[in-house]
Amino acid sequence: MSGIPHDHYEPKSNGEKWLHKRLPIVGLLYDTLMIPTPKNLNWMWIWGIVLTFCLVLQIVTGIILAMHYTPHVDQAFNSIEHIMRNVNGGFMLRYLHMNGASLFFFAVYLHIFRGLYYGSYKSPREITWIIGMLIYLLMMATGFLGYVLPWGQMSFWGATVITGLFGAIPFIGEPIQTWLLGGPAVDNATLNRFFSLHYLLPFVIAGLVIVHIWAFHTTGNNNPAGVDVRKGSKAEAEKDTLPFWPYFVMKDLFALAVILTVFFAIVGFMPNYLGHPDNYIEANPLATPAHIVPEWYFLPFYAILRAFTSDVWVVMIASWVTGGIIDAKFFGVLAMFGAIAVMALTPWLDTSSIKSGRYRPMFKMWFALLVIDFIVLMWCGAQPAEGIYGIIALIASAYWFAYFLIILPLLGVIEKPLPLPDTIEDDFRAKVSHGKATGAADATPAE
Amino acid sequence: MIRTLAASALTVLALATPAIPAGGGDGHIEDVDFSFEGPFGTYDQMQLQRGLQVFTESCSGCHGLRQVPIRTLHDAGGPGLPSDQVRAYAAELFIADEDSNRQLYDTEKGEFRAILETDNFPANNTAGAPDLSMMAKARAGFHGPYGLGINQLFKGMGGPEYITAILTSYTGEEKTVGDTTLYENTAYPGGWISMPQPLEDGSVTFDPEHNNSQHHLAEDVSAFLMWAAEPKLAQRKQAGLVGVLMLAILSVLLYLTNKAIWAPVKKRAKSA
Repeated sequence: MSGIPHDHYEPKSNGEKWLHKRLPIVGLLYDTLMIPTPKNLNWMWIWGIVLTFCLVLQIVTGIILAMHYTPHVDQAFNSIEHIMRNVNGGFMLRYLHMNGASLFFFAVYLHIFRGLYYGSYKSPREITWIIGMLIYLLMMATGFLGYVLPWGQMSFWGATVITGLFGAIPFIGEPIQTWLLGGPAVDNATLNRFFSLHYLLPFVIAGLVIVHIWAFHTTGNNNPAGVDVRKGSKAEAEKDTLPFWPYFVMKDLFALAVILTVFFAIVGFMPNYLGHPDNYIEANPLATPAHIVPEWYFLPFYAILRAFTSDVWVVMIASWVTGGIIDAKFFGVLAMFGAIAVMALTPWLDTSSIKSGRYRPMFKMWFALLVIDFIVLMWCGAQPAEGIYGIIALIASAYWFAYFLIILPLLGVIEKPLPLPDTIEDDFRAKVSHGKATGAADATPAE
Repeated sequence: MIRTLAASALTVLALATPAIPAGGGDGHIEDVDFSFEGPFGTYDQMQLQRGLQVFTESCSGCHGLRQVPIRTLHDAGGPGLPSDQVRAYAAELFIADEDSNRQLYDTEKGEFRAILETDNFPANNTAGAPDLSMMAKARAGFHGPYGLGINQLFKGMGGPEYITAILTSYTGEEKTVGDTTLYENTAYPGGWISMPQPLEDGSVTFDPEHNNSQHHLAEDVSAFLMWAAEPKLAQRKQAGLVGVLMLAILSVLLYLTNKAIWAPVKKRAKSA
């Protein structure tokens, strides 16, 4: 499947031949599992398995939770407490699901930043990248919808704020918002449709995950050296690759087990650490919480949303040019979605032909700054939008856009890359014999 | 270079500090060393029983506990009252707020029926006081440093500490706004709370005798409310511990398996 020469499934017994002629499903599984995988993959290549596990965990715990949950404004909050107190093991299911969302996003951010550092988005893997970004968007939608279901104060007010974003669209915003909510405000109709969609979207994600895997199984994996697998002959390809089973399956499972150990410690010992206490107060449309804060995984983009206030010059210009159609609120919405859009467009914004950041000395520094920028934005998103936080958030947002729109296109032109290893085999040999990869000293946060 | 960076980082943080509001409360919340904190902490059964008494004698006049099934007073890991005591306790409860407890209304007889141990604690909205079922999880006592919430890792979320602080931080000052009387409380956000001081030294007497200073009563009822909010704490920690131990063993086995599988590959690469 991957264009890399390797052994294919040969049905041996008569039964296998009979089935293979009619439905080559065993062959499909065999080829998927035995895909030649670059030998030199490092530990940043394990997040895919973690993400797959998260999706399964969320779907399984979610389906059982849905058996006990009631999507009605009078019952939702109580039904969650019913799960926590009366359903056998319900407290564990609910805490696993709640913290599972955090693990999911933690893993997806590392997965995305891995891709950004090693140039996994570059040709020929643009489609894999775009599908990945769609999955990430759907994950955000699903996470948001799910957070509304317990019908706590943050659920209700989060839903009010986020659906309000659509209301900021000029002219058609308000009808869209009403249509999304099923009424003039967040109410029972909203809760019902959010529950319905929260149940639906994970299966759409599962479908896209299959396409995502299909796409990179067609091109083959990227790798830390960013040089291609030699595809001249099977013998040559085998110098650069090993089959996914058992080499990478075992490696990934080991990593997954370590991560799950930490995950279970969080679920068992501090399950509410990542949540917000206000969500243990039942939704009350008459009392607005002092600070409406989204879940931690939305904070960077929430900070970008709030950073562009009406006194920022770009907002003033946009407002003046469009005759006031683009106000600060709509600008913020555009900036937030734009921040994800520029990430999705990286395959065409990055002009460098070198994939791996390891051989790009200047890129490395700007990338490290991007990682710090992301963390700063996350912190800003949790703070009240006033005083110094507004300024920090604005600078950090500006860097986010500058990285993708200015720095990446420029670097490809002005940067002189370090020499690449000739083959993956060379890189792997250097890695196992010196405990270090080829090229310059690797001291980047991504490795 | 690093020193300059560190210095400028400190300056930024110092500038930022005064602007940081404390999220759930402006007042100072003192950490309390509760028995149920930490990975292995469990509830102190005697403390929960004392806390239940404080709640019943003092808080329940105005506050409800509508999410908590009375039968769970018998549960292991909780107050652990014997079944007959739980039944007796339920029988003695009365409905202060009829409007909020319609589920207990017997339409055939046209009157409210007696509360059974299979019912939840009654709701109570007579004085507009918030329900306490989840109060200990609905407040955070600690937020720092710099709004990062890292100290929650060491001290816990601080919900029970917040309750203890509220109950013990009255200054005795009062003021009247419109037709409500507000009481000064240094732990409450804004400093003025509409709840009059509920506990003082000796408000509740225990049998067998136990320290009933205001602070001890406050701690006991805070612990009880933490149990009310998180009754499965012991089971959860146990499940977490089993999970961690099993996964740690699995990690070691997978590490060894992985190492063994890759050893010949690495050896070949080195000798090549």
